Amino acid sequence: MPSLKDLRNRISSVKSTQKITKAMQMVAAAKLRRAQMAAEAARPFAERMEKVLANLARGIGAGTQAPPLLAGNGQDRTHLLVVCTAERGLCGAFNGSIVRLAREHANALLREGKTVKMLLVGKKGFEQLRRQFEQNIVEVIELRNVKQMGFGDADPIGKKVIAMFEAGEFDVCTLFFSRFRSVISQIPTALRLIPAELPKETDATGTGAAYDYEPGEEEILAALLPRNISIQVFRALLENAASEQGSRMSAMDNATRNAGEMIKKQTQIYNRSRQAMITKELIEIISGAEAL
Amino acid sequence: MAAFPFELVSPERLLFTGEVESVVVPGSEGELTVLKDHAPLMTTLKPGIVTVTETGGRAQRLFVRGGFADVAPTGLTILAESSVPVEQLDAAKLDAEIKDAQDDVNDASTDEGRRLATEKLNQLQELRGALSI
Repeated sequence: MPSLKDLRNRISSVKSTQKITKAMQMVAAAKLRRAQMAAEAARPFAERMEKVLANLARGIGAGTQAPPLLAGNGQDRTHLLVVCTAERGLCGAFNGSIVRLAREHANALLREGKTVKMLLVGKKGFEQLRRQFEQNIVEVIELRNVKQMGFGDADPIGKKVIAMFEAGEFDVCTLFFSRFRSVISQIPTALRLIPAELPKETDATGTGAAYDYEPGEEEILAALLPRNISIQVFRALLENAASEQGSRMSAMDNATRNAGEMIKKQTQIYNRSRQAMITKELIEIISGAEAL
Repeated sequence: MAAFPFELVSPERLLFTGEVESVVVPGSEGELTVLKDHAPLMTTLKPGIVTVTETGGRAQRLFVRGGFADVAPTGLTILAESSVPVEQLDAAKLDAEIKDAQDDVNDASTDEGRRLATEKLNQLQELRGALSI
């Protein structure tokens, strides 16, 4: 049976934990709004880019040789997994679910006898994947100091991927991140970057129109494709940032609620044993007086 | 003059959307003015000034750092790498751009890369001269 002092200490420690989780929840909520706005603001560009790219790809499909960034280099031996995770923990299952998806993917590839390489963005993913895939990890990029994700943060990652591809270090590239749907729902997603995954929509606006290209189709495509990869990485990072905050917000909300429950339970036990003690003392005094 | 829809987007956000009368686009092969019902065209951009004339005749000038313009039957879309209104552009910013481009020229590992970087540098210097700020 813990003493009254122990109980008091326990309650106050849970209370201060609750204060922390509550503060974290509110910070996450504020950050979430900003991250969500950034993610939404970036959407139009990515969508237009996709449309333009789809148009171009359709035009170039027949006859001319499609560039390797679009069609792949025809091989399927070495896979690069770009895994984007958060820099900080305490955000529920956010990091875990991205890592799990990546790990399953990697294990499946290894079973097929393929070579797996990993480029990790974010410290948490590295910590979790280090144990199993130490020798597969090519590089870890930390974005710890980035407060507001800008295109300038994503561009170097995209460029690095392209440089590796051009050096023939891998054949297929897949991007792992968490798609933000709502505060309570983030979907870990795998997106194939190289060869590019193009929407198969047949948009009436683009088809049939004879486009003029300046300089030429191939030059434009050659300029557009690397840009597209950076854009996709940028988008993944933004979605990730929003998901992280959303996930943290709901995790901290849960934690605050749990702490509240615990405080309630502990206070009850505390009051009960305090009362029991008073009763006991009274009985002692009364029975002492009676004995006289 | 007839209006058509125009959108200017950068990776970070949608910068302009609305009906316009004409847009002057700094295409990499030369400047061009897009009016309503322009033939479908796709061009890369050089660093330069986009001049947007909105319905009603109000003109707006924006500096873009390269990107793409997509003239479709449904309107014009510019995918800009980055864009600022000309009024906010100052010599210091432009000089920083020029310095970046200069570094790119020096760092270029291939002939092709150097050619592209030099081209960009020249375009920027030309622009600086034209703006005379």
